[in-house]
Amino acid sequence: MIELDRVSVTFGSGQTALRAAHEVSFRVAPGEAFGLVGESGSGKSTVLRAVAGLIPHAEGTITIDGRAVPNRRPRETRKIIQMVFQDPYGSLHPNQTVDQTLSAPIAIHRLGDTERRIVAALAEVGLGREHRYRYPHQLSGGQRQRVAIARALILEPRALLLDEPTSALDVSVQAEILNLLTRLRRDHGLTMLMVSHDLAVIAHICDRIGVMRGGRLLEMTTAAAMAEGRVSDPYSQQLLRANQTLDPGAPAEDIVA
Amino acid sequence: MTGPPLLEVRNLRVVYPGDDGDVHAVRNVSFSLGRERLGIVGESGSGKSTAGRAIMGLIPRPGRVEADVMRLGETDLTRLDEREFRRLRGKRIAMVLQDPKFSLDPVMTVGKQIAETHRYHFGSSWKAARIAALEMLEAVHIRDPERVYALYAHQVSGGMGQRVMIAMMLIAGPEILIADEPTSALDVSVQQQVLAIMDEMVRSRGMGLILISHNLRLVSSFCDRVLVMYAGQIVESCRADRLHAATHPYTRGLLAALPELGNRRTELPQLRRDPEWLADLPAIGGAAS
Repeated sequence: MIELDRVSVTFGSGQTALRAAHEVSFRVAPGEAFGLVGESGSGKSTVLRAVAGLIPHAEGTITIDGRAVPNRRPRETRKIIQMVFQDPYGSLHPNQTVDQTLSAPIAIHRLGDTERRIVAALAEVGLGREHRYRYPHQLSGGQRQRVAIARALILEPRALLLDEPTSALDVSVQAEILNLLTRLRRDHGLTMLMVSHDLAVIAHICDRIGVMRGGRLLEMTTAAAMAEGRVSDPYSQQLLRANQTLDPGAPAEDIVA
Repeated sequence: MTGPPLLEVRNLRVVYPGDDGDVHAVRNVSFSLGRERLGIVGESGSGKSTAGRAIMGLIPRPGRVEADVMRLGETDLTRLDEREFRRLRGKRIAMVLQDPKFSLDPVMTVGKQIAETHRYHFGSSWKAARIAALEMLEAVHIRDPERVYALYAHQVSGGMGQRVMIAMMLIAGPEILIADEPTSALDVSVQQQVLAIMDEMVRSRGMGLILISHNLRLVSSFCDRVLVMYAGQIVESCRADRLHAATHPYTRGLLAALPELGNRRTELPQLRRDPEWLADLPAIGGAAS
């Protein structure tokens, strides 16, 4: 469904050029959930944005649904791949109602049948009719993220790109959104490419996981291998330890050392 | 807990007047703090930060802070006016906030900000304050204090910024440090370093630490005791290493809703909020009566 072949992204030029992603290659099969983990600045979000077409990739090829896509994406490509951003407070237009937010993509892609699509998308993400004419400030963080997911779903995409979709949310709301994503993937056979710094969240949604650092894809592993601590790269091990020592029940002395 | 309590709070309430009567952002909160690490966990809006701010005298009007007892050592915090609070803040209670990018002055070098705190509380000369600041930077494990002293906030990384904040907060030798989500803006590996430094400082100086966080895992592994807040009240208080055996349905619900490495569940149990949890509770939280 999504395939990256030695994709590099460079910002700036000459001496000050910053290579944010370096020859990143991976492949996400249809219906698969693939995760990228790493710290800030590791290039994980850059890769996601390059796949979404939000930043032009300098080198390499991105193939979506069997077709290599140019930097300027044709409309059909944009329709099959949609993105959900981290911060539901920043990614929704503050002066547009949920209804307006959801109608825009339908109008852009000239799909028609607006009424039915909006009602269906809202029901899909667990929002009621009463939310349809509200502005973002009248919604909670979790509800906003549901609207953002509805906006992505309304074009009936085949793949979702998720950039830290739950890191701005409370634990209880995070569980609701993760359950929603799991259900959507099952019901629609959605392909998912998710980025997060939280290993537990990534391992909950994704089967295969790529570890990134300094713009490079260091290691490909699986959620199961992560859980058992079977990772080979020293950095992946370090990342795993940093996540694990904060497990409930771990003695306090462990993290002081 | 060891020794007499540094801070004692009994029946703390923070009240904001609203259109439909008073809103109690914090109510029935009682606890005491010794030379220990106390965690306060809860979700957004649970009142955990407001409780921390109330102790610092940082609740703006028209909000009101009421308490039967709120005592720092021998000082009665309920009777202080703004001037007295200003002398106390930084000197006896200090606070580290979430994001150093926003809590540091962007147009003053970080070193000078630390020195300024020293000058304010001790009336020292710039020269003496500078030496103290450099020592403090070294104490928070900054390798080249001279260089960092001259940097501005935008030139330091998040982890370094938070160390600078800790140095600034501890330079006047406070008895209590309140850390409000001190590592939420940092990467996992940097989080550990900052926590380790904070822990070292608090231990070596015999201070009390209140760590306010939404992160259950972090609090349970770092603190000695944990208070769980919901809708302005402490619903549960327990030893941090016993948090996984918590009994209140809210705490249990939160713990169950966390995704876990190595325990993949198709569906995470979602928290069902029981209206009964909102009812006024008798004050708990380990306050000796």
